[in-house]
Amino acid sequence: MGEVTFLDVSKRFSLRVDGEVHHVQALDRVNFTVMDGEIVALIGPSGCGKTTALRVAMGLDPASGGRVIVDGREVTGCGHDRGMVFQHAELLPWLSAAQNVMFGLEMKGIRGATLREIAEKYLNLVGLTDSQNRRPHQLSGGMKQRVGIARALAIDPKVLLMDEPFGALDAQTRETLQGELLAIHGRTGKTILFVTHDLDEAVLIADRIVVMKNGRVQEIMNVPLKRPRPDLGVVRGTTEFAETRYKVWRAIHDGATVH
Amino acid sequence: MVDVADRNKVMTTSATEPAERKPLPRWVITLASVVAVIILWEIFGRRVNPVFGSYPSAIAVAFWELALSGQLWTALYESLRPFLLGYALAILIGVPLGLLIGGFRVAEAALGIYITAGYAMPLVALVPLLILWLGLGFAVKVAVVFLMALFPICINTWLGVVAVPKTLIEVGKSFVAPETVILRRIVLPATLPYIMAGIRLAVGRAVVAMVIAEFFTTISGLGAVIINSANNFDTATMFVPIIILMVMAIGLNWLIGFVERKVAPWQAEIAGRDRE
Repeated sequence: MGEVTFLDVSKRFSLRVDGEVHHVQALDRVNFTVMDGEIVALIGPSGCGKTTALRVAMGLDPASGGRVIVDGREVTGCGHDRGMVFQHAELLPWLSAAQNVMFGLEMKGIRGATLREIAEKYLNLVGLTDSQNRRPHQLSGGMKQRVGIARALAIDPKVLLMDEPFGALDAQTRETLQGELLAIHGRTGKTILFVTHDLDEAVLIADRIVVMKNGRVQEIMNVPLKRPRPDLGVVRGTTEFAETRYKVWRAIHDGATVH
Repeated sequence: MVDVADRNKVMTTSATEPAERKPLPRWVITLASVVAVIILWEIFGRRVNPVFGSYPSAIAVAFWELALSGQLWTALYESLRPFLLGYALAILIGVPLGLLIGGFRVAEAALGIYITAGYAMPLVALVPLLILWLGLGFAVKVAVVFLMALFPICINTWLGVVAVPKTLIEVGKSFVAPETVILRRIVLPATLPYIMAGIRLAVGRAVVAMVIAEFFTTISGLGAVIINSANNFDTATMFVPIIILMVMAIGLNWLIGFVERKVAPWQAEIAGRDRE
């Protein structure tokens, strides 16, 4: 099933800065597992390697060492078993919302009437049935990201990989979409690995949080909040939320584990 | 599930506000500018010796005479045939070539320098050579127009490909799109505005190329009308083809803009030009 395992994954970059070659260790022997149906958040300060980890899992960047295993198979490139949601949605501007969703499906070889049917089903899932013929420019930021989510989900991947999907949205839209993502997860049961720099978001959505720092996994924490979480406003009021949030905050800020 | 905030946002941006005072339409401003220039030219042009200059009413009379004698239409036909063929060939070859050079490292390294050099090539100097190869007729005119129009189209397409956001290509990759599909369905549409800009830039160069070709080869077409009337000190008649060529370039430019809005309507939307 949709299990993702990082086995000693390393990634080195070479950057040329003013004629000097700098080596950046973006990932340094990263190990963790996302269980089937689980939501895991990757969090850490910018430059900690969280986005790189996600890109390696997607197959957009090759690992310099180690392997990522998705559903028992080693990642060697992009595949239909993983669906990517990009930070700024990255919809194709010349296609309508529905056509953007269909683009992914067509790449999977789906043709004819089924194509439209599946696209409509997922646009409906994200609440965009009425806006499916609009082009990205005619959609708000939140709606764009909904299309991005529908596009990734439509190919029925085993794992949903999300790169700061709500980071560019305003606070209200972000909260709405966080709730919707959990509702979608409740219905589809997809394994979700998502990158965020938002502490609240990580605790509200995830079952476990992987805190990264300097390309390493600093700590993996369980979120002691039960599912389903139909009302995130209520979740915010719980002591478990506050305590977990504080623990993650401490882990990010000084690396000291709070017991 | 669509939240109210999202809906409102989109509705206010797409609706036109009736309370706003309507600005003067562009065409009115353009027309006023053209009328002003013609009036000024008429006033000052009349004070100049007719050998050294001319003025709109004299040019209009010359136009009428040329049109009545049929000479104008023959010349126009002679000029337009090689012009349109050369220009069409430049688009047909320049766009795929630009896509190839922009899309593939090897092609860029192998062919890029020729395109860059070709753009700066002093074509006028090469016309005598082209005449040796292709003779004095139709073929050489097509070749000159083609060579002048090819490079701006090709370079613009190439630059457009290079400017395609990496993330859009990664969208294709993440859905396991083959390289050819990425080129056709992501790179090409993303490059369209650049291609259209190149095609527009090429209009001016192609018009110049056409006249050069006519000067150098068999004196024919609109170029012949220019040369012959200049030799007869008939400046008013000389201006007729010049103005026709400029009007033609404006018309073509407009046509290309029209096509662009048809094939790439999202571009005007993104830039906010669709609400004018």
